[in-house]
Amino acid sequence: MSTVRVLAGTRKGAFILTSDGKRKNWQVSGPHFAGWEIYHLKGSPVDKNRLYASQSSGWFGQVVQRSDDGGRTWSTAGNTFAYDGVAGTHQWYDGTPHPWEFKRVWHLEPSLTDPDTVYAGAEDAALFRSTDGAATWQELSGLRKHGSGPDWQPGAGGMCLHTILLDPLNALRIYIAISAAGAFRSDDGGQSWKPINKGLVSNFMPNPTAEVGHCVHHVAMHPSRPSVLFMQKHWDVMRSDDAGESWQEVSGNLPTDFGFVIDVHAHEPETLYVVPIKSDSEHFPPEGKLRVYRSRTGGHEWEALTRGLPQSDCYLNVLRDAMAVDTLDECGVYFGTTGGQVYASADAGDNWTPIVRDLPAVLSVEVQTLP
Amino acid sequence: MIRVILPHHLRTLAQVGGEITLEVPGPVTARTVLDALESRYPMLRGTIRDHQTRQRRPFLRFFACAEDWSHESPDAALPAAVAEGEEPFLILGAIAGG
Repeated sequence: MSTVRVLAGTRKGAFILTSDGKRKNWQVSGPHFAGWEIYHLKGSPVDKNRLYASQSSGWFGQVVQRSDDGGRTWSTAGNTFAYDGVAGTHQWYDGTPHPWEFKRVWHLEPSLTDPDTVYAGAEDAALFRSTDGAATWQELSGLRKHGSGPDWQPGAGGMCLHTILLDPLNALRIYIAISAAGAFRSDDGGQSWKPINKGLVSNFMPNPTAEVGHCVHHVAMHPSRPSVLFMQKHWDVMRSDDAGESWQEVSGNLPTDFGFVIDVHAHEPETLYVVPIKSDSEHFPPEGKLRVYRSRTGGHEWEALTRGLPQSDCYLNVLRDAMAVDTLDECGVYFGTTGGQVYASADAGDNWTPIVRDLPAVLSVEVQTLP
Repeated sequence: MIRVILPHHLRTLAQVGGEITLEVPGPVTARTVLDALESRYPMLRGTIRDHQTRQRRPFLRFFACAEDWSHESPDAALPAAVAEGEEPFLILGAIAGG
């Protein structure tokens, strides 16, 4: 029987949650790297025992960890993230130029074909790649230097490159997203980049339809159809059917179109999941009810999924990298909360159960489906 | 031998128990102590001082013989008691955060 391994990064360490394919009984391993912020950990799709973890601390900076045995043991990898050439400036919150400064790695995306190749999305926004198992990192500086970089500015969480999507059908195509700059695409393996933000409207910007400056929170795709993208923006849930060349709003009947996570069912490319969150600044579920919303129509029409989720007095958040799906026949959906719960649904969202209830605030959730 | 005491999280990262002892060739300064420390424990590179600038990370401080050496030149000679191994070189994390 298959095994499911959930990788949870939290404010105070990493946790690895495993179950058989029934997804009823879970074993909890952790905290790994106790006391450190684990923004993200993720496994290689071609070597499922190869895991990478981003470990950071306001005191001690950035560390990268690597495991070759599915997270039982770890070893430190390279942590030199040097911007290529003169780092230059981006905009500060007040619009003044501010020097680019490396702070941490938000997201690690292992290659679809090579376990030793992994991409890192950094704050201040930049994309790095390692081809030696995370021993050394090189910036793909065509992104930061393509022209609009001086106009990027941080969102409330910092100027982070938080989303990296590798196209399974086109090895040269990469999508990334930055808060608050927008989405970008490379069609040459990361050497050159273009903004892909036409159709996004952000009313907090002086020019709401500007080419860059949008606070994209997360982007998701289905691997069978990688030119169809779904985006949770600061406000608005968006969809692109042409690899990001244009976007249309699909927020439909959501109770609020603000949120952080968005993901796609493993076997139904038009089935989406979001968790609407109230804004500005409140950043908790509307009416104190934790509801996942599912669309089976690629957006526009959404249904609330509430069974097993708290429906009163719930004031937590679900952060942008904290939702994932497994690939079992009946798709499992998982998300983590800032209240320390990791919820799982073994039936595509109809029913939810907390795997764990009392972890530190969850920053990220990834899932591996193991044979 | 030079004695060095690390903050808890760096001891965990370096997989060491209590105090570390190091051979430091030449003059004993904050820079040469940290060079020797990072040479023996490469996983500590970047966690105490910046990779490029070699500046002390802002939430860390250095103490020797009950005196704050955080703002001294990294090339200043540390007290003889540290150089002779009678007193440790302390690396402390600021009390901050949650």
